[in-house]
Amino acid sequence: MKKLLTLLLLCLLFGNTALQATTTLESYRFSDKQDEQRFKSLVSQLRCLVCQNESLADSDAELAHDLRQEVYEMMLAGKTNKQVTDFLVQRYGDFVLYNPPMKPSTWLIWFGPFVVLVIAVLLLFRSLRRQRAVTQQAISDEERKRLQQALQQSTGKDAQS
Amino acid sequence: MTRYLRYLVPLLLFGLLAALLLRGLSLDPKLVPSPLIGKPMPAFSLSRLEDPSRTLSDSDLRGKVSILNVWATWCVSCRAEHEVLLQLARTGKVNLFGLDYKDERSSAQRWLSRLGNPYSANGFDEDGRVGINWGVYGTPETFIMDRKGIIRHKHIGPLTPEVVDKEILPLIASLEAESK
Amino acid sequence: MIPELGHFSLILALCMAVVLAVFPLIGSLNNTPGWVALAKPAALAQFCFTALSFACLVNAFLANDFSVAYVAENGNTLLPTLYKISAVWGAHEGSLLLWALILTGWTTAVAIFTRNLPPVTLARVLSVMGIISIGFLSFLLFTSNPFARVYPAPLEGGDLNPLLQDPGLAIHPPMLYMGYVGMSVAFSFAIAALIGGKLDATWARWSRPWTTVAWVFLTIGITLGSWWAYNELGWGGWWFWDPVENASFMPWLAATALIHSLAVTEKRGAFKRWTVLLSLLAFSLSLLGTFLVRSGVLTSVHSFAADPARGLFILVFLSIVIGGSLLLYAWRAPDVNSGGRFDMLSRETLLLGNNVLLVAITAFVLLGTLAPLIYDAMGWGKISVGFPWFTTMFVIFTPFMVFLMGMGPLTRWKHQDPAQLARTLRIAFVISIAAGVVAALPILHGGSWQAGLAVALSVWLLASLLLSLRQRHRHNVGVANIWKSFRMRGGGSYYGMIIAHLGVVVFIIGVTFATQFTQQEDVRMSPGQTYELAGYSFRFDGAKPVPGPNYRADRASFLVTRDNREVATLHPEKRTYTVQTKPMTESGIDVGLFRDLYVSLGESLGNGDWSVRLYYKPFVRWIWLGGIMIAIGGLCAALDRRYRIAVSKRVVAPEPSRVKAPGKKANA
Repeated sequence: MKKLLTLLLLCLLFGNTALQATTTLESYRFSDKQDEQRFKSLVSQLRCLVCQNESLADSDAELAHDLRQEVYEMMLAGKTNKQVTDFLVQRYGDFVLYNPPMKPSTWLIWFGPFVVLVIAVLLLFRSLRRQRAVTQQAISDEERKRLQQALQQSTGKDAQS
Repeated sequence: MTRYLRYLVPLLLFGLLAALLLRGLSLDPKLVPSPLIGKPMPAFSLSRLEDPSRTLSDSDLRGKVSILNVWATWCVSCRAEHEVLLQLARTGKVNLFGLDYKDERSSAQRWLSRLGNPYSANGFDEDGRVGINWGVYGTPETFIMDRKGIIRHKHIGPLTPEVVDKEILPLIASLEAESK
Repeated sequence: MIPELGHFSLILALCMAVVLAVFPLIGSLNNTPGWVALAKPAALAQFCFTALSFACLVNAFLANDFSVAYVAENGNTLLPTLYKISAVWGAHEGSLLLWALILTGWTTAVAIFTRNLPPVTLARVLSVMGIISIGFLSFLLFTSNPFARVYPAPLEGGDLNPLLQDPGLAIHPPMLYMGYVGMSVAFSFAIAALIGGKLDATWARWSRPWTTVAWVFLTIGITLGSWWAYNELGWGGWWFWDPVENASFMPWLAATALIHSLAVTEKRGAFKRWTVLLSLLAFSLSLLGTFLVRSGVLTSVHSFAADPARGLFILVFLSIVIGGSLLLYAWRAPDVNSGGRFDMLSRETLLLGNNVLLVAITAFVLLGTLAPLIYDAMGWGKISVGFPWFTTMFVIFTPFMVFLMGMGPLTRWKHQDPAQLARTLRIAFVISIAAGVVAALPILHGGSWQAGLAVALSVWLLASLLLSLRQRHRHNVGVANIWKSFRMRGGGSYYGMIIAHLGVVVFIIGVTFATQFTQQEDVRMSPGQTYELAGYSFRFDGAKPVPGPNYRADRASFLVTRDNREVATLHPEKRTYTVQTKPMTESGIDVGLFRDLYVSLGESLGNGDWSVRLYYKPFVRWIWLGGIMIAIGGLCAALDRRYRIAVSKRVVAPEPSRVKAPGKKANA
């Protein structure tokens, strides 16, 4: 419980706590600007496990620092994005990926929103079409009523004249 | 009849949501389960905390049911856990090893000499690399391996007497009973 | 003594809430006028006692009364007065008391400002709000008492979290709570209408201004939170799709759908069942948000200290209120007759489409927020859904909505000839596509399809607004005429729509450009060193220690120049607060309409060197400018003369030509 509270406290301040002297912001230098972009995007798609709602890019936690270093070194060694993420998933599970992986168990998350949208739109069209059918019936009711009124008026006029 | 059933849909959906939230109250969202369970323990070779000239490696843990406890002097919960570890070591039923994670050697040595040393041996993981290989994300964490060196259990958070009695010791006993 | 007074006052407030919840409601069903008449005084009494209780807590903070546990945890003698007051709602118990204060306040406002509504209906509305009050007041009294004493009293308080010691964040919770609680008004009106069985345009007309005002507060609260995060957190982020942020965004989305749906129900009597359901949904999401933030079911950097026992209480309360309301809906909604008819292409359909999309977005935000919990509870493993997923989904759904938004104002009610609409919008469509293509070209800023899409959507929306204005003012151009048109009945609504939708345009541009074209560098700088970013030179002039009221700081100086002309001097700080001793950054920001220059300090690296983060953020101010415009638009709509005519009607005889159709008369 105490550990959890400590973690929570850490997170409440966005990892600005320095338990030991760590560089809060580091500069990772790559020879290639593209590599630097790849590093930044990769590191923002991995989760900081200590703070649990920040990416490795944003978190200042100790573990985030270590993992960023790990990713950096792997990239320098020429590893691909997949190799880096596989390395981390092997050790920490799918949770370390900020984006849920695309596999059958996560189809709910990736396709769910669209399924809901399609169902909603279909329901919408169905109710619109049903409404039109009722409208047409109502018009004929109304017409009938107007016809009756017109008939009554004409008979009334006849009676007066 | 179906016309009226349609209006019950929001209520039913809410019912599902409420059930989910109720279940959620008894879960801990911060726990990250380990994908290493059921897999062979990661290989490592570290200098020993007590004696830098000697090494502790995974082979030292293989061939017997062993426990690896990840700890550090800067970790408040580890201090709370230490008494439990001493008691566990005194039972004589376990092979307890330690991984000193991202610590300072002299402080760690002082810590153990002052508070007592429950470990058969300690590996000194200064930069945390070995910890990463084991999927360590917050101390203390405790791993239990069987004779073949397969990780069978991971406990996240400090050990308490209750956890030791209900989880650890029974597991050790059953792993010992497994045929070689 | 005073804390005990506050505690006792809260108990009295709960008693009044019970009176309010029980008697007027039963009286309205049995037609007992004496009980019905209890509603207003009970509401007022409830508010007075809650206000007294709140005042006692404020007093405890100002007097540094650390014998009160809550004050001991969150107060401090060194805290500046403004933050002593804002510390009242800085943590769980006090923020709940603020909730209760605002809830009882809105109840009183509804009681006072709702004239010409039949007493029976008003009684039901107030009773429902009383039921909600019971929930919050009992939650306070039984699980989260802000007046609990601690013995022995510490000599000094634990201090307010340094992150919260900021004017923006001081006002952010009150604004948000005004929004969340305000949704309970629409909720209560809907319940009252369901109970009474009379769901018509009049109900919508009563509900609409209250809902709009609540929505305006929610908009302001969310915008403030985002602006604060950018200013204070040091890395230029302004939205994180964090569970607590989502908990505020979902009611906002539902409320946006609701105000549009109410417009249709009021004008055309259509969508009645749907509008009722949305009214229930908006407040349900507010309650759900309260649960998520305080129960510990999800982790978030924002959440209050989690306590599953409290979580259970809220869940039970939530289930009673939401479950009860949905049961009532299932029972009564089938009897509601459908209102005005409309064709496949009509403003009604487009608004319905907008509603569907908004609800779909709400659904996916809910899905993403709860997904880790769902997977964990079902034993499907532990997954995480973060910023990238939410942003991807949002970027996919929003363009469709903006496309419909462009068509809406130009489409007639009930029936629109498709050919005519196409003729009106033809040129706008072409210009939008062209602008989008140009904006996406690689020669501009390295190219980005997101910028292209954003520009296309913005031009589309802007063009449609201009076309709409032209239609309205075809025969009477000029500022004076616009002002007269604005002050007419219906003018507030129309111009409110224009301003709010314009705000959306500004917001889209701000978000896209700030995200796509930000330039950032993390560098190590020595005093006197200069770094070039985006055409600006940043010269680091060293950092020196500086004392503050309750902190020590290292204050750095940066001179920013462009083409050798001085642009700004920035003073980012790294503060260590005396009590909580956690380091905090205050960024140095040069604010500009079209770009921000942003500097934040990292760590001191010795020898006067510092690690520093430099940002060039184009158009980032447009994000909050958009938010404010949306809020202003909503305010214009809420202040429409239509809603105020009812009051003056008793004073001045209405001119025959001005009196609207019977539906507007206030006798439901």
